[in-house]
Amino acid sequence: MTTAFFYALTGIALFILGLYALIIQLHLLRKILAINVMGSGVFLLLIALATRTQSTPDPVPQAMVITGIVVAVSATALALVLMRRLLDAGGKAKLPEEKTD
Amino acid sequence: MGAGLAYAVLKLPAEAPGLSKTVADNIDMSGVDNPVTAVVVNFRGYDTLLEMAVLLLALLVVWSLGSEPQRRELAPGEVLVYLTGLLVPLLILVAGYLLWVGAVAPGGAFQAGSVLAAAGLLLVLSGWRFGARFSGLSLRITVVGGLAVFVLAGLAMMLHGGRFLEYPIAYAGALILVIEAAATLSIGLILVALFLGGRPSPDQSPGSRPESRAEK
Repeated sequence: MTTAFFYALTGIALFILGLYALIIQLHLLRKILAINVMGSGVFLLLIALATRTQSTPDPVPQAMVITGIVVAVSATALALVLMRRLLDAGGKAKLPEEKTD
Repeated sequence: MGAGLAYAVLKLPAEAPGLSKTVADNIDMSGVDNPVTAVVVNFRGYDTLLEMAVLLLALLVVWSLGSEPQRRELAPGEVLVYLTGLLVPLLILVAGYLLWVGAVAPGGAFQAGSVLAAAGLLLVLSGWRFGARFSGLSLRITVVGGLAVFVLAGLAMMLHGGRFLEYPIAYAGALILVIEAAATLSIGLILVALFLGGRPSPDQSPGSRPESRAEK
């Protein structure tokens, strides 16, 4: 297993970890963090797979990731502001517990 | 699902040059020597253009949700104020360097914009705000600037006889620098404005600092 695959598998692990937390956690802040962890996993996977070349890595995934990081940051900011507004509007920044009978 | 993804990745060929050869072959036509910058601004210009639009859209939504929330703020300590004065000029210098070096080495608009945003956040955290002087038209123009210059450059190329975002080789380097410079300013400002979490309120005086700072 090469270094590229090691990093790619780590990316997948991060993605799955984030997805799990996204589903399990009720608090919205934790969900936002979970989405960020998922995003980091995808970036890691893309960059890792870009290095499977003889000489210099493939620049296309790198370009996608560098723009993607900035977009992810702005999307996170938007999500946080929405959460903040929800809190100010008297709601809770948390999804209700599911009733099981 | 994790096992499935891992299996899919492990089944991929260990060696896949992807598009790196295509990029390397066409790098002479892009106007810059750094393949990532060439891809970001030239070969995949559409993608970057739309990503600038996404940034702007996020800011517009945040601003439309209301003005800056009121925060309880403590006056910044001596160390923070001193370090801010020291670091902000340095960060602006680094951003300029990253923007310029993006043509030949790793760097470019997004990296420089992030560094600029870091400088802005440092200022915000030490009590600086967009004052009345900045929160009006000039802030809006700078925020839209990156996208506007990008679109105008693309349209100018259409008038020039080419296709949208197809730069003539002779001017490509200069055009990319102009687009990236505008994009850097926009990205930096958008990120800072997003951090503030709302439309800047115009009642604050330009570059105002908390009270105790003024007493010193």
